[in-house]
Amino acid sequence: MTGNDKNRAYWKKNLQYLGILLAVWFIVSYGCAILFVNHLDKIKIGGFRLGFWFAQQGSIYVFVVLIFIYVCLMNRLDKQHGASDRQEEE
Amino acid sequence: MSVQAWTFVMVGLSFAIYIGVAIWSRASSTGEFYIAGAGVPPVVNGMATAADWMSAASFISMAGLISFMGRDGSVYLMGWTGGYVLLALLLAPYLRKFGKYTVPDFVGDRYYSRTARIVAVICAIFVSFTYVAGQMRGVGIVFSRFLNVDITLGVLIGMGIVFFYAVLGGMKGITYTQVAQYCVLIFAFLVPAIFISLLMTGNIIPQLGFGGVLADGSGEFLLDRLNGLSQELGFDAYTDGRKATVDVFCITAALMVGTAGLPHVIVRFYTVPRVSAARSSAGWALFFIAILYTTAPAVAAFARTNLLNTVSDTKYTEVPGWFKNWETTGLIKFDDKNGDGSIQYRGAHSDVANELTIDRDIMVLANPEIAKLPNWVVGLVAAGGLAAALSTAAGLLLVISTSIAHDLLKRELVQEISEKGELLAARIAAGIAVCIAGYFGINPPGFVGQVVAFAFGLAAASFFPAIIMGIFWKRMNNIGAISGMIVGITFTAGYIIFFKFISPELNVPAHWLFGISPEGIGTLGMVLNLLVSVPVSLLTAPPPAEVQELVDNIRSPQDAGPPHELSV
Repeated sequence: MTGNDKNRAYWKKNLQYLGILLAVWFIVSYGCAILFVNHLDKIKIGGFRLGFWFAQQGSIYVFVVLIFIYVCLMNRLDKQHGASDRQEEE
Repeated sequence: MSVQAWTFVMVGLSFAIYIGVAIWSRASSTGEFYIAGAGVPPVVNGMATAADWMSAASFISMAGLISFMGRDGSVYLMGWTGGYVLLALLLAPYLRKFGKYTVPDFVGDRYYSRTARIVAVICAIFVSFTYVAGQMRGVGIVFSRFLNVDITLGVLIGMGIVFFYAVLGGMKGITYTQVAQYCVLIFAFLVPAIFISLLMTGNIIPQLGFGGVLADGSGEFLLDRLNGLSQELGFDAYTDGRKATVDVFCITAALMVGTAGLPHVIVRFYTVPRVSAARSSAGWALFFIAILYTTAPAVAAFARTNLLNTVSDTKYTEVPGWFKNWETTGLIKFDDKNGDGSIQYRGAHSDVANELTIDRDIMVLANPEIAKLPNWVVGLVAAGGLAAALSTAAGLLLVISTSIAHDLLKRELVQEISEKGELLAARIAAGIAVCIAGYFGINPPGFVGQVVAFAFGLAAASFFPAIIMGIFWKRMNNIGAISGMIVGITFTAGYIIFFKFISPELNVPAHWLFGISPEGIGTLGMVLNLLVSVPVSLLTAPPPAEVQELVDNIRSPQDAGPPHELSV
């Protein structure tokens, strides 16, 4: 592959990851915690109604996890494409 | 020891630490002053970003706001955390690769336009001043309540401290002081939360105690009791929403996108050594923020339950000490309308008139006293509130001084200025900014609270789309970006000015466009920005080849290297 093709493949993969992760981000925060909150509130887990839990707790946990998943995916992708910027440490 | 003695000890100790750290880490070059020489490890940067981001509003006001808003408080919880996902995925790595110091640098270079640059500089300065005035005010409130000093003196002491380490240490000093401030503020937030959670639910983790069973042997869930109490007194059930869904949606979106577009947050990601470090540092920042943001709603529910239990239908002569203390500050007001000598605290659905008004800002500060926690915890909370306010103020002052010394002076007015001269200019600008912020802290304009909506709305309607499209769509050109920003800003600012300043009496859902409040209108402003900028770009000439190359270069994480020197 030429350098250009390689960069294009890298960018495409990056966009794919972004699409999936941002879809989860949207579904959890705007879906579970806002649009469908009243439906989910009918389910109760412990003292929490589920929609309320997503709105005030769950969505924030998911946000943190999403960023770290992205960090791992991109570090792997960087390595595969030889684009890693941390070679000096290895 | 008394509350006041403990507060002196806690505040004095924490201030001594900040000053020590500032001396240890002073800046000697512009690179260190603006972006700490781009040598900050991701976890450290994450912690500093968290302290930078969590202001007096997060520490002092947010839990109180939520305890009065119930479920709708989620707009702040999600709005001020979800933006970090956008930052980590869509902005931070690319801006780090770009490698210059400020947001206006990026906007100016990507859109090869001085106009775009200047618009960005003005927005950055406006947003930062709005914010910093509120922080100085928070400092004043904490000083006057806990140390019994005059608000003016309190603000002056706060100014002195910030001046000392922001002006001396620049970004490097601020970063390491903010790490210390994060530790103080999170400790100060968690200790009372854990105490109260243990007392009320027997669970040591507030996030679990929040959904747990009450420790009073009734076997009832805390939230069920809170809902019951609220409805009995004529309030809405705590876990129900009151705002319209469309409004909740738009406010959340405006806050998220606004967060990702705030200059003092973005500049943080220039301080790390590598692109991969920019990504993980956003993750760490959110991790450290989430510790406070998942505890806050628990604190809100505990505080609300305690409040309804302790003051409602209590004889005024038998109220606890904290009630009297806060009454003297004017933040609690009791008006015995029916003259029976006891306090009727009632909601809108009750037949009995409400006799009690409580300022939302006192909930976190008064919480340890309401829950009868030891005096040293109260002192700790005061130190935490100060840490939150000072760390944010310092970060903002740095953006203001950078904008003036680098973006205006160096890039526009006196291009041949030496590095030494620029550093001096940055320090003088920071000094002047501290004084202006202090003035607003002592004489707060009535509109500080109102303009916060502005800061987020404008960031959402201007910076965010321009930067995102600049990275993800090569075809976006200067005319498209500028016209988009102008339309976005004009619409958003016009809407907010109309409802907040010109006709505040019309500021009710019936008059809002599509039912969207001024707080959420930035979302619509952003959509308008895109609706204008995309077709305009398509109808005009594509950006020149070197700009397209710049975009390609930003997208690849290789060779980020040290940030460009100032001579670039």
